[in-house]
Amino acid sequence: MIGQLPETMVNALNRALHDAMTDNQDIILLGEDIAAKGGVFGVTKGLLARFGADRVIDTPLAEGMLAGISVGLASQGIKPVVEFQFSGFILAALEQIACHAARLRNRTRGRLSCPVVFRAPYGGGSHGAEFHSESPEALFAHLPGLRVVIPSSPAKAYGLLLSSIANPDPVVFLEPKRVYRTFCEPLPQPNTHYPLDRCFILRSGGDVTLVSWGASIQETLAADVTLRQQGIHCDVIDVASIKPLDMATITQSVCKTGRCLIIHEAVRTGGVGAEIAAQISALAFPYLKAPPRRRAGFDIVLPYYRLEPCFMTQPEHIVQSVIQLMNNDVRSAPMSGQSYPSAYPG
Amino acid sequence: MDHADLFTDIASFTIKRRSCLNPDGELLTKRDVQPDMQRWIDIYKGMLLTRLFEHKAVNLQRTGRLGIFATAFAQEAITVTLGHTMAKEDLLCPYYRDTGALLQRGVTMEELLLYWGGDERGSLFQSGNGDFPIATMVASHCLHAAGVAKAFQLRRHRRAVIASCGDGATSRGDFYEALNLAGVWRLPLVFVINNNQWAISVPLPQQTAARTLAQKALAAEVSCEQVDGNDCMAIYYAIREALDKARNNGGPTVIEALTYRVHEHSTADAPEYYRNEEQQRAARQALAFDPVRRLSRYLRSQQKWNDLLENEWLMTCRATIEKAVTGYLHSPADKPESIFHYNYACWPEVLSAQIAELNDDDWTIA
Repeated sequence: MIGQLPETMVNALNRALHDAMTDNQDIILLGEDIAAKGGVFGVTKGLLARFGADRVIDTPLAEGMLAGISVGLASQGIKPVVEFQFSGFILAALEQIACHAARLRNRTRGRLSCPVVFRAPYGGGSHGAEFHSESPEALFAHLPGLRVVIPSSPAKAYGLLLSSIANPDPVVFLEPKRVYRTFCEPLPQPNTHYPLDRCFILRSGGDVTLVSWGASIQETLAADVTLRQQGIHCDVIDVASIKPLDMATITQSVCKTGRCLIIHEAVRTGGVGAEIAAQISALAFPYLKAPPRRRAGFDIVLPYYRLEPCFMTQPEHIVQSVIQLMNNDVRSAPMSGQSYPSAYPG
Repeated sequence: MDHADLFTDIASFTIKRRSCLNPDGELLTKRDVQPDMQRWIDIYKGMLLTRLFEHKAVNLQRTGRLGIFATAFAQEAITVTLGHTMAKEDLLCPYYRDTGALLQRGVTMEELLLYWGGDERGSLFQSGNGDFPIATMVASHCLHAAGVAKAFQLRRHRRAVIASCGDGATSRGDFYEALNLAGVWRLPLVFVINNNQWAISVPLPQQTAARTLAQKALAAEVSCEQVDGNDCMAIYYAIREALDKARNNGGPTVIEALTYRVHEHSTADAPEYYRNEEQQRAARQALAFDPVRRLSRYLRSQQKWNDLLENEWLMTCRATIEKAVTGYLHSPADKPESIFHYNYACWPEVLSAQIAELNDDDWTIA
């Protein structure tokens, strides 16, 4: 884009907040350390000076309170964009989000509604302390009344945050902090809203469908480069809208390739990958050359950061899983550095 | 305390309890209450209406025509006076013992019956006052009230919010978090606590070691008082002063209204299983403090009420209630697909297939 310097995701989010708040006086920001400090990652930097203390508000330190007052504010036509410092601390707010933000509209048959954006940096790989590395998207995807959105790049962070803010329903917006500053990208034209319920097809190929979201898109794209060199061509799909899921796009791709690998950082059991795999199995069954597979986090507590790399999926793991899929090898993929008996020998 | 060290008094507190009428309906206040006579009559009539309506609702539940109901029997003074005292433009975040307040706020009996009869349309509140729906979850609505109060403050409205809750709610984090925030932001918010001494089966001494619930406000630097919760006049003056203060940027107030839950928590409860004999006797004795009888005695002593007026009003109440009950019993359930319609304001297309699934027509298994 002419005259548009590439930006980091942090700056893209900052720009989205800035542009949305300039357009709509009813938008306010709430959070801990978001005003004078500009947020622990700098996402809200400069916004206090630009919009004043009535619109960029440091609250007392209580996450349940943040979500709870958002329900009241939103019911009166004020649009809160709430920052939780880390997704690991959002659980104290889960009750207010699940039981009230997500339900107020249905409870009152549309008389009161709750358009709020709950932002939280999430995911591992940033050398954080405990509770600074989790990926809780499945928890929120399970809750009726919510949308769950995860951007994977600066441009998507800009366009998806704007559409999340414009959306009339509560949105949980999870930001992959591992890629907050690792790469830059030109942003779309100011005030470009990306659709909230569509996947993005990042690469096209006929052999395998790779489905991922958030920071894992980076490892997925790296694996795609390696695989391409080996003559394996992948559709790479960035889900972006975790809820609702754009199964039409994913299914269409899998019907073409007959193979699907879902890559996510969150723990495996009950993860969003399971939902996608279940739907693919039902919707694309006649086209499948191999069962849909997942390359997801182990079902364990995230290790502190010295051993955290053992938990994280690397491009070579994805390459290995794809090659197994290509060989129509239905045995469980051995995890890195270990092996165990397969449930399906041969 | 080790007296070798230097200790300086930093803070101390007292809690005051307000009373205006004694249980015999005799004035305790030196205030001139005559100019408000019509108000006392209106509150009295509101309490009678609430008592009769709640009695009917319990009968409907006992005969299988309501899912559950929670009455404010012998606690009507708090909820009715609260609803009476609020201005129309104020906003109420009620809880499940606020039938009396909601009727005062213009919510219809038919809506309340729909709500307790398992129909979301009961929270439509077509009176248009914007009040929050009845909170089923304990204390979480205190934070919604704080959010609404913040919205009023940001918009420079001269409006106040009331969060109404029971004694058990004051044990929950949401109550404390709302209180703390109200203190920091000086929100136009009034907490009214119906302290009826019981949270289902747990009596107050097992709920808190605090001597009063009002004092919980002090930790947040919020004004507070106790009132006799069976004394409509005391409740009225306490709430009116707190609302005036809130609307004039004077900040929040906690009002703890002391009463007693004579009957069960709700129709799904049976206190004889957990109240010992002494406690059951206390419950019976608490009836001596009945707020309806107390105000009746006062009004009769002033020649403002008599048997004729009472009978006329009871007939009016019964006719109103019968009409609402008939309307409720003849109101069909909404269309099945309506269970989908209000989950999202912006329709997620994936739900269309699930509606088709519900209707058992053209759908694909997923």
